[in-house]
Amino acid sequence: MADVIAVRRTMQMRRVRSGVSVFLTALCAGSAAAALLLILGYVVHAGIASIGLPFLTQVPHPVGIPGGGVANAIVGTGITVAISVVMATPLGVLTGVYLAIYGRGAAASSIRFLSDVLAGVPSIAIGLFAYVVLVAPFKHFSAISGAFAFAVLMLPVIIRTTEEAIRSVPIAIREGALALGLPIYATTLRVVIPAARAAIITGLLLSIARVTGETAPLLFTAFGSQFWEFNPANPMAQLPLQIFNYAISPYPEWHQQAWGGALILIVVVLFLNILARAALRSRASR
Amino acid sequence: MGEPAFRPRYRVGDRLFAWALNLSTWFYVALIVGLFTVLLAGSWLAIKSFGLHFLVASSWDPVTGHFGALPFIFGTIVSSVIAIAIAAVVGIAAAAYLAEFAPPLIARPLAFLIELLAAVPSVVYGLWGLFVLAPVMRSAIGPAIQSKLGWLPLFSGPIYGVGMLTASLILALMIVPTVAAISRDFIEGVAVDQREAMLALGATTWETVRRAVLPAARPGIFGACVLALGRALGETIATTMVIGNRPAISASLFAPGYTLASVIANEFTEATTQVYISTLIGLGLLLFVISIVVNAAARILMHTVLRNVEER
Repeated sequence: MADVIAVRRTMQMRRVRSGVSVFLTALCAGSAAAALLLILGYVVHAGIASIGLPFLTQVPHPVGIPGGGVANAIVGTGITVAISVVMATPLGVLTGVYLAIYGRGAAASSIRFLSDVLAGVPSIAIGLFAYVVLVAPFKHFSAISGAFAFAVLMLPVIIRTTEEAIRSVPIAIREGALALGLPIYATTLRVVIPAARAAIITGLLLSIARVTGETAPLLFTAFGSQFWEFNPANPMAQLPLQIFNYAISPYPEWHQQAWGGALILIVVVLFLNILARAALRSRASR
Repeated sequence: MGEPAFRPRYRVGDRLFAWALNLSTWFYVALIVGLFTVLLAGSWLAIKSFGLHFLVASSWDPVTGHFGALPFIFGTIVSSVIAIAIAAVVGIAAAAYLAEFAPPLIARPLAFLIELLAAVPSVVYGLWGLFVLAPVMRSAIGPAIQSKLGWLPLFSGPIYGVGMLTASLILALMIVPTVAAISRDFIEGVAVDQREAMLALGATTWETVRRAVLPAARPGIFGACVLALGRALGETIATTMVIGNRPAISASLFAPGYTLASVIANEFTEATTQVYISTLIGLGLLLFVISIVVNAAARILMHTVLRNVEER
């Protein structure tokens, strides 16, 4: 009898311990999510005061002169990201197609491995690479060199998603096209790639989201500027860089500008992410 | 005979196409190899002048030509190790909750929010860390820890707000989503039989996860943590904004520190001499090599698990 009670008691203890442990895991998940909301909430709270027409249409003012904006930095980031997309997309898509179609054997799997490892290289090291290759020889900073660093950061993402997208196209579609007498290149370019287009674009979106918030590789490539600049061969203002420079300055007005810039940046980056995610999900449910 | 009766006209096109694909792929490989080569060439001057002594020298004074990387290596490793220690606990617990315990109605939005945490730009983390977390650290968290544990050298000395501990916390926050998302995939990949067997033995929900599911997913979870560690080691901007940027080795976690990535970020554009620039590129090369090793290890770990799962 006493044994039964003892067993029942330990069982109860185990149930309680189980419940408490599950609760603690929920707490961990909840606090991570809460941290995001906390940060987002604070950025909105601190940044909203800066947002206005002048902030979105003017260039930065010198210290002491109130007002000014980040318009040139927003345009600069847009130009730099656009150039990096133009640089990375053809190479990334072609390499992804290669891995998907011819990607068997040791060579292909080592390329995949190398690509995965490249995805983990710190962006600042890639910035140094861009500096040595495209800044040092020309002796001045340029948006092009920043875009080059971005392109290197984007490539692993584009290649991986393109390969998966091409592989997910049913083999019957490829075989059907070949059976109709289409050559391999036409089958790939006119049948397989169009079928995988949505997935490839999703990968492109993810890679754009990845680089848009990057600051480190721009420090000694695009460098930043206080003025309007449209020539990619020159140093160009960049939104993340502008936020960084404002934040580490000693001036409260500039800190305020940093929060405003952060709000714009976070909205853009989260929008790109959610867009890519929604595209992924809609395809997964199909 | 020998000659086929029908010779496709498109053979040239296919050959060109295969050639273009090959070319782009080898260009990509050359790019990766070039990345290493260029960093090595850029740091050659520093390697030639200082040799390996550079890695263990602890004085950093560019004006007098003293370049020692030890404070940066120390700061990089300490901040990242503390960050992964925190992120591993929180991330694995969160993954277990999302994969095993949470009702779908809660799991989905929660997982979405945690994944978005990875999308927040690092400059925003730095901004938040500098103007929100650091003051709270100086006025509340720091003194609270010090009043209890101040006798430990780890928590001694003045609290500036910015410093090693603040940087570690921000880094932890940044890598939690990596740990959580990948661990979750591996936890969900554990066979249902394992759970059923454990439950049939009379185990509670928690015991099933703790004793059957997590051990089965362990190599993959470990790989996720190594991958996250790699991210923390190379993180630049957020760390630069909150670690205090002082090239000193201090026992106290409240003291300012410095990392490899931060010193490159701060000093590269101000570097005046060739040796100075070359030294900073050398630090970049060191960071590159560390990240390659860490990431390769993570990939190999996760790959083994995936293959085991497929073979089952």
